Order: sequence, then structure tokens, then C-alpha cells
Amino acid sequence: MTSTTTTPRSATGQVALRGVTKVYGRGEHAVLALDGVSLDVVPGEFVCLVGASGCGKSTLLNLVAGLDRASGGQIDVGEGVNPGLMFQESALFPWLTVEGNVEVPLKLRGLSRAARRERVAELLRTVHLADFGRKRPHELSGGMRQRVALARTLALDTPVLLMDEPFGALDAMTRDILHDELERIWSERKLTVLFVTHNVREAARLADRIILLSSRPGRIIYSTEVDVPRPRRIDSPEIAAIAAEVTDRLRTEVGRHGQ
Amino acid sequence: MASDTLATTPRSDAEISGLDALEIAGQEKATTRASRIWAATWPKVAALALAIGLWQVVVWAGWKPSYSLPGPVTVGEELLRQIRGPQLWDGLVTTLRRAAVGYVFSVAVGLLVGLAVARFRVLRAAIGSMITALQTMPSIAWFPLAILLFELSEKAIFFVVVLGAAPSIANGVITGVDYVPPLLVRAGRNLGARGLNLYRYVVAPAALPAIVAGLKQGWAFSWRSLMAGELIVVGISQTSLGAQLTYSRELSDAPWLLSTMIVILVVGLLVDAAFGAADKAIRRRWGVLDQAGN
Repeated sequence: MTSTTTTPRSATGQVALRGVTKVYGRGEHAVLALDGVSLDVVPGEFVCLVGASGCGKSTLLNLVAGLDRASGGQIDVGEGVNPGLMFQESALFPWLTVEGNVEVPLKLRGLSRAARRERVAELLRTVHLADFGRKRPHELSGGMRQRVALARTLALDTPVLLMDEPFGALDAMTRDILHDELERIWSERKLTVLFVTHNVREAARLADRIILLSSRPGRIIYSTEVDVPRPRRIDSPEIAAIAAEVTDRLRTEVGRHGQ
Repeated sequence: MASDTLATTPRSDAEISGLDALEIAGQEKATTRASRIWAATWPKVAALALAIGLWQVVVWAGWKPSYSLPGPVTVGEELLRQIRGPQLWDGLVTTLRRAAVGYVFSVAVGLLVGLAVARFRVLRAAIGSMITALQTMPSIAWFPLAILLFELSEKAIFFVVVLGAAPSIANGVITGVDYVPPLLVRAGRNLGARGLNLYRYVVAPAALPAIVAGLKQGWAFSWRSLMAGELIVVGISQTSLGAQLTYSRELSDAPWLLSTMIVILVVGLLVDAAFGAADKAIRRRWGVLDQAGN
């Protein structure tokens, strides 16, 4: 790792949820999206949240990111920690170049021009896009855009990364590469990752721990450690076995809504 | 657990950059600048030649006497004479000064009102639809009131120009802010842009295309209002382009009248082209320009 990387060591990256509840709307039309979700993510842990539609996965990430307020319960991400959030779409700013996008959080944090240039170059090297700094987002492929978005999020120098189905719109080959990339960066930078997906194999490929959420309302119904050594392959038998078990549980949960 | 850095890189850098190269291949356009300019220019030149030809045919057909409808050659000669003399330029300076002052003021009012309405729900409920109503009001209908308020003066023209242009600009701002993708706002907030910074880094640039469209429409309205005003509010010492139109009609000087009209048309076209170029540059940066470059 290069010396310019400045992931703060003081910020631990611990995420603690205590009985988190989220209700949308009021009165008769109120919808309970999350019902008493408690979860402890230790620093440096990679947790995948899996669930069918309507389980409040995205809601949970929004709450942890501070973009929305919980109706009840407590969320603790540590003093002064601003978790970085990634979406299924890259959400890059189309009016800025790749460099300009990565620079935004650095500008907002008040870094000097020289410091920003150095950081942008380092981050683009990290995601293997050093030669594409002057391009605009629309000139890149979907996978490249997501890597730019990852670099932009890393520019926050936050120990906590929240990812909302970030690879859901990509083809299998690109997704494989991004799994490797994310795993490498997570490991190098000792990040804590909360990763939402409906792809059970993806979860088994990436996670230290998989957490299954029920639908309407979202509750934690199952949790399992993935004790497969890294680096892993998404098509290995161990990963397939874990994915099969989680899929069974997921099917049971989905079936519950069919009756 | 992230206990230690992975010993092996499962995938080579070459594989990653190879996939990148494959995915973005074939995007470069292989047209030269000259051929692009030619492709954009010749239809316009052809259309202009056709229009002048039609005009000449109508004149030759003797539909109207030549003192009320002179041919393109006569008007062209008059236009050249006007360009060499001071009268046209004096008029142009007067008119453009009024246009600039009125437009700049309209932009200031439009941006402020637009931002305020987009930002505050109460204001939107109160005056949001009123702005659209103002936009539909033909500007010439304001003149009787303007003349009652300000008499036959520059102020009357200014009043109508601003009322004509500001609502379009305000509407452009409101539309622009309304249609900022919520995802970009969420991303911006997550990256640390709150309050004014959110407007500076996300909302304003995202709304820019719609704002430029509003500015363009505002210009068209202010130019029309100004011409109407200069025709009606004649005789206030200065010989603006509109006043020259009126004088030339009173003197039955058709070549002068038509050459003045051509000048007004050209000014309108030039400013419109400037807005068009700005609009196109923005759309190219945003990546919403189609492959044909339109």
C-alpha cells in the first residue's frame, strides 16, 4: 500500500444496531419496513445482508448512512464516522470527469489542491483506472463506472462502506472482477463492509457473515459465518454449498408470503 | 475476517484493463472538423438561397408594386448602404443596450424567484402557477398598462421586457431543480455536501441544462417584447431599430424597412445560435448527445 493512504486508525469501523425500527407513513397506511433489527458488525468484518423484495435492505443502509432517520432503536457507527454509500447505479455526476467525481468528497473536506491531486491519482490507481481520469462517466462501461464510484466513496476515508446491490446491473464476468477488486481493497484498507444483495452466491463469495432478512416487516431470521478461506472463487463447491443452504432458507421465507 | 492482506492477486491487471478496453471500444468518431462544419452548413445555405429565390420570383411575378415589395437586390444594396452609414449602428447600439439591460435584470429576477419557488413549498403553492400564467400573457398586452404607469419612456419598455422574460427563466430554474435525480442528491449528501454545498456541487450543475433552456426561452421573449415596445413607444429621442421600422413605414421606404427587418432577424439568430452552442456543449458533457451529433 502506498504511503498516501490515510485511512484513519482512530475511527474503528464498528457498526452497532439496537432494535432498529422503521415505519413509513402514518395511521392506516403505515408500513412497517424494519422491525427491531439488532446487529453488531465488528471492525474489518464483511457482512452481507440477503433478503427477498420488501425486506428493507436498502432502508437499513439508508439509516446507517444517516440519509434517513429510524422510527425507533439506536444506530451507532462511531464518533465522527460518515459511512460511505454505494448504489446499484454508480450515481456519478455526469457533468464532471472521472477525476472530478473522485475529487468532490476531497473538496468538501477542504483538502488543498495538491493534496487532492495526489489522492485522486492514488485512488484511481487503486481501482485500476489511472488512465481514465479525463474521461466522462458516459464514456465508461458499467463496471468501470462502479469502480469510479468505489474510488469516490473511498475518498471519504471512512472505515465503513455500505453497498446497496452495487454489482446487480453488471454482467457475470465484470461482476467476478469487481468481487476480486472489492475483496482486495477491503482487505488492504481494513474496511468494515455492509453489503446488500439478493444474489446468494455473491453473498457467499464475499461475506464473513451472511444475514438473512425476512420480508414485510424486515427482521433478522438467520445468520451464518462463511468459513471459507480467501481468496475464494464464486464457482467453488464450498461457496455453492453455503449458497444452497441460504437459498433454502430464503425460499422458505418467500413461501411464507404465498399462503 | 480482514486479518491480513491477500497473498495472491487472483486476477491479473492485464485481464481487467483488457475487459475495459473491449467494453469502451468503438466510441471514437472518425469525422474531421471540416466535414462536420460542411455537413452543418450546406443545408442552411441552400435554404437561404431557396428563400431569396422565392422572394425574387414573387417580385418578378408583379404581385405587388416594387415600392411596397422591392426585390432582394434592391434590399441588399440598401442593407450595404445602411451598414456603411451611422444610422443603423446607432439604432443597433440603442436596441442592444435596452435588450442587454432588460435581459440581465430578467435573469437576476428569474433566477431568484425560480430558486425561491423551487425551495419553499409555501411559495410554490402561492405563486408557482402564477408564473406559468404570466408566461402565457402576450407581452404586447402589457403595454397599455406600462404606458399608463411609465408614460412613453424607456421604463415602459424595460417593464414589459422583464415581465416577458423573467417568468420563462424562473420556470426553467424550477423545472431544473425539480428534475434533479434524487439518486444524485443522496450521493451528494453521502459525500458530505449539505446545505449550500449541496446546491453548489449537485443541484445547480444537475439543473443547468433546464436553466439554459429557460434562459434561451427568456431571451426569445425579451427580444420580442423589446421589438413590440420599440414599435409602440416611438419618438423618445433615440432611433432604435424598432423606431426605424416605424419611420421607414411612415416614409414608405420599403428597402429601408426590409433591410432593418433583416438586421433584427440576424441579431435574433446570432443570439439564438449562441444559446444553442451552450446547450449543445452542456449536453455533450452530460453524455446525452446522440451519435449523430444533434
